[in-house]
Amino acid sequence: MTQEATEGKVYDVAGQDWDKLTEAVAESSEERLVINMGPQHPSTHGVLRLVLTLDGETVTEARTVIGYLHTGIEKNLEYRTWTQGVTFVTRMDYLSPIFNEATYCLGVERLLGIEDRIPDRAQAIRVLTMELTRISSHLMAICTYGMELGATTPFLYGLREREMVLDIMEYITGLRMNMAYIRPGGVSVDLPAGAVDKIGELLKVMPERIKDMRKILDANPVYTRRTKDIAYLDLTGCMALGITGPVLKAAGLPWDLRKSQPYCGYETYDFEIATQTSCDVYGRYQVRVSEMEESLKLIEQALDRLTGPLKNQPVMIEDKKIGWPAQLALGPDGLGNSPAHIAHIMSSSMEALIHHFKLVTEGFRVPAGQAYVPVESPRGELGAHVVSDGGTRPFRVHFRDPSFTNLQAVPAMCEGGYIADVISAVASLDPVMGGVDR
Amino acid sequence: MSDNLPEVPEQPIARTGMFGTSGTGDTSGYGGLVVRRPAPVSSPRPYGSYFDEIVDGLDHEGVERVVVDRGELTLHVAREHLVEVMQKLRDDPALRFELSLGVSGVHYPHETGSELRAVYHLCSITHNRRVRVECATPDTDRHIPSTVSVYPTHNWHERETYDFFGIVFDGHPGLTRIEMPDDWEGHPQRKDYPLGGIPVEYRGAEIPAPDQRRSYA
Repeated sequence: MTQEATEGKVYDVAGQDWDKLTEAVAESSEERLVINMGPQHPSTHGVLRLVLTLDGETVTEARTVIGYLHTGIEKNLEYRTWTQGVTFVTRMDYLSPIFNEATYCLGVERLLGIEDRIPDRAQAIRVLTMELTRISSHLMAICTYGMELGATTPFLYGLREREMVLDIMEYITGLRMNMAYIRPGGVSVDLPAGAVDKIGELLKVMPERIKDMRKILDANPVYTRRTKDIAYLDLTGCMALGITGPVLKAAGLPWDLRKSQPYCGYETYDFEIATQTSCDVYGRYQVRVSEMEESLKLIEQALDRLTGPLKNQPVMIEDKKIGWPAQLALGPDGLGNSPAHIAHIMSSSMEALIHHFKLVTEGFRVPAGQAYVPVESPRGELGAHVVSDGGTRPFRVHFRDPSFTNLQAVPAMCEGGYIADVISAVASLDPVMGGVDR
Repeated sequence: MSDNLPEVPEQPIARTGMFGTSGTGDTSGYGGLVVRRPAPVSSPRPYGSYFDEIVDGLDHEGVERVVVDRGELTLHVAREHLVEVMQKLRDDPALRFELSLGVSGVHYPHETGSELRAVYHLCSITHNRRVRVECATPDTDRHIPSTVSVYPTHNWHERETYDFFGIVFDGHPGLTRIEMPDDWEGHPQRKDYPLGGIPVEYRGAEIPAPDQRRSYA
């Protein structure tokens, strides 16, 4: 069968004479229009391609095409040591890198059987950095939201505030994003002097800034008309499609892994799960803003512990067969092995040098088996299925990325609605293509 | 000898070298690792925690092996019973695994007869429990029934597993590649697929594989 027989007359718009085309289309009675939105489109959050079938302004069919940012991170991991893997996974979902590192390291730690031996200070720092990242990620989600709906002020506000968080991350880890900070056994380096003060400043400023954001958007008539009752997805839809995170919480279910299946000591912190019952874009926005406010509480509690009972405690597991041999220190040429460690391995202990060399180049062996320890990322359940065959490299690592799964909801949210609402629907899912395609 | 080092099993050495690749496969400069394979084991009862309840509640002939390892329950299910088992796991009030976290594939080239695995992570929000379902298929007959009818979220996950491992999910509504281009040859996450060394075509022009390029020495 020819295409004409199955689909009727098809007019392609591909750089031909425009007048001839409009003439030909005017003669036909069909009004079905298929357009490609993306993969290069400012409102699709990166290289997402939507194939939309339109009847007038109504979307009758929405299909999502991904794969434009596939970089083979999971394959590459199989050729690096377990510790080097952190550097790879942090580049998946680039707006919340710490969460990728956390789920990967928690999985490796479960395989190693060292979950109980991770120092409390390392766990508190993990919570601290994760919640900081949650704020920066949600800020990015909300501010791009605003911009895609035509408001530039939230975007400028959001990026300004996000920069504060990224500055702190840079101060602690040396990098703004993709920091490879959480490692199997703990974190790579302790908080530097002055970090606590910087975070304290953030805690002072941020509540006011979040209020400003709320003032601009919460009751803004343009914003509410573009978001309320748009892209409806109820609890049944969420369950069937495997949707987690703010979309699920906006459908009324208080399901948050930090509460229900805690990790990194979240059970000892005091915080609430934000929920809404509207199932729409506005509800998801509200959940994200409330989550930022809760994150501030968590940061404050973690900071109290780090400056109080957990002061001067180790941040890496004591086990010399797993813990990184050197504590990093800032030298004249940047962050590197501490001078004391270099002096030790280069001039006083041959065995220490061999140990350092073996652990850094070959890595540690991880007993065979598989583990899956999910965390609650800003976008939902993020989990790494980590498989070891007993060697020094991962046998297989698969990331269950919430962006990937959540994007499946696009047809359910968009079909039957207006094309303009597709933008708010996709923005409310907050997909990060680095995480989707990996 | 530290406690951290895993026991070295007594089985013969399964293979040497990197994971089935040769030539430029090793990108780190450290090769020659010897990998020994652990024997497939089934855990003895009682499994502990809530695991006994799940296995008793399921009580299905399709469950071939039950493995409890590191506090996680894995059910190895025969592929001809997979859909039934999944349906029961989802619908039985005592089990009620209403949320699936998708499909992950693993390729064990040395386990003859069950080389390819589809691994499903399920979560019960009602009971706050987790279970892992593993379904094996031989490399010579790469077919596993699709579970999209039970968990619609598996749509993309099964496409991904097909794309990366070549497992055909029978009954899937549209099993096409999802991450790789439609005309891609091979399934990249398989262990016999090399890292790099693939010529890349861009707008008709062919860029040779790294090991076949001109030497600048």
